[in-house]
Amino acid sequence: MPGTLRRTLSILDFALASLLRRKGRNAALLAVYTLVVFVTASLVFFTQAVKREAHQVLADAPGLVVQRTLAGRQDLVPLAWADWVRGLRGVRSVRPRWWGYYYDGAFGANFTVQASEEAALPAGSARIGAGAARILRVKEGDLITLRGHDNLPLLLTVQGILSSDSELVASDLLLLPKEDFQTLFGLPPDQATDLAVDVANPRELPTLAAKIAERYPEARPILHSEILRTYDAIFDWRGGLLVAVLMIAVLCFAIFAWDRAAGLSAEERREIGILKSIGWETSDVLLLKLLEGLAVSLTAFLTGCVLAYGHVFLFSAPLFEGALKGWSVLYPRYRLVPVVDGYQLSLLFLLAVVPYTAATLIPGWRAATVDPDAAMRS
Amino acid sequence: MLLHAWWAGRGVDPGVAECRRRVSELRLTDLCLFTEARYTRNPALADLHTPFQDHPTALEHFPSGTLVAPPPHLTSPHAWHPAPNPKHP
Repeated sequence: MPGTLRRTLSILDFALASLLRRKGRNAALLAVYTLVVFVTASLVFFTQAVKREAHQVLADAPGLVVQRTLAGRQDLVPLAWADWVRGLRGVRSVRPRWWGYYYDGAFGANFTVQASEEAALPAGSARIGAGAARILRVKEGDLITLRGHDNLPLLLTVQGILSSDSELVASDLLLLPKEDFQTLFGLPPDQATDLAVDVANPRELPTLAAKIAERYPEARPILHSEILRTYDAIFDWRGGLLVAVLMIAVLCFAIFAWDRAAGLSAEERREIGILKSIGWETSDVLLLKLLEGLAVSLTAFLTGCVLAYGHVFLFSAPLFEGALKGWSVLYPRYRLVPVVDGYQLSLLFLLAVVPYTAATLIPGWRAATVDPDAAMRS
Repeated sequence: MLLHAWWAGRGVDPGVAECRRRVSELRLTDLCLFTEARYTRNPALADLHTPFQDHPTALEHFPSGTLVAPPPHLTSPHAWHPAPNPKHP
């Protein structure tokens, strides 16, 4: 074994023994440090995984959604628009969508109600999302009652419950036959909520959107790429949840680093004095302090990251559920596909390990450069 | 951890495949993450007025509204908006 490596290992051994001598203080520091890394890493893993999942899941979303705005608000789209858009070159299909929201006062839940045109769904029946079934406490064959726009109850038999694998997109869905949907909301028969347009060549979408906006100035076309970018924006590090937690985490790491940089305890200074007096070089003392800092920050980093991984990908991030749920009672049960990349880990490493380790060098260097006798007396 | 992520991420996850099938079948546009308000349930389709619609000078008040940034297509000019005609102010 080369001499340098042997020397480093001996100093590491001494550093670990030195940390264990002050185990109460170091254990408390390690626990708080790990907790901060855990929360930050959980959030980074969660947001990255949701972003990736959104891109994968919404890959087959409509190429273009055409809404109509009236006085700045979304309004119903006349079905005549669908016929005109269908006639545009490059359009493969135009599908009017009938959908809306239904608030159930008894359960306090908001459901998304959508008209289904599938033949297998006869009038008076419904297929519902797994989350909706959970909230309504119903199973296949049970009856559900919705209150219509005319205050009359609409009785529907649950014909099926959508697979729990699709909860991330369909947890709150109530799929009704079109006639029941119109009975429930009293929608005019010649209007739809919006239009889902698909094209043969996705590169033509902006041109198509421009044509629609020119023909119908009150139209609001939303491109597929914009749908995907919405989820990038929601879980972007510059906005919302992520920036709030990241700022707190950066502040915590700065406090840790400041605590280390502010100075050593009298006991640590005396220890350095003794080491210097028995022949340790300043570089040895600096290496000792560097390894001590590295041992604490690296342990916190690795433990925090592994715990965060388990929290997000094995237990579906239960700590974030309250924040994401808000006042809603309906929350999907889903398991995110694990995604961990070098960028995320480097970001966490730079945030958690580097400042703390670097900060341990300053007081160590200050103590190592004073006279051993003075250091021992202090 | 990295090995587990690689192992779990290879191939097509059945949950993702099922969600894609549902999105394709029902022409869905959003994830069902925040169900408390319609502009957070369908952020891609929301408009800027919705969070403030309850009454004049109403403030946005749903907790998840603080987590959801407005979609970029609401805050940036659209490429397809026809340019204003200078002859008709």
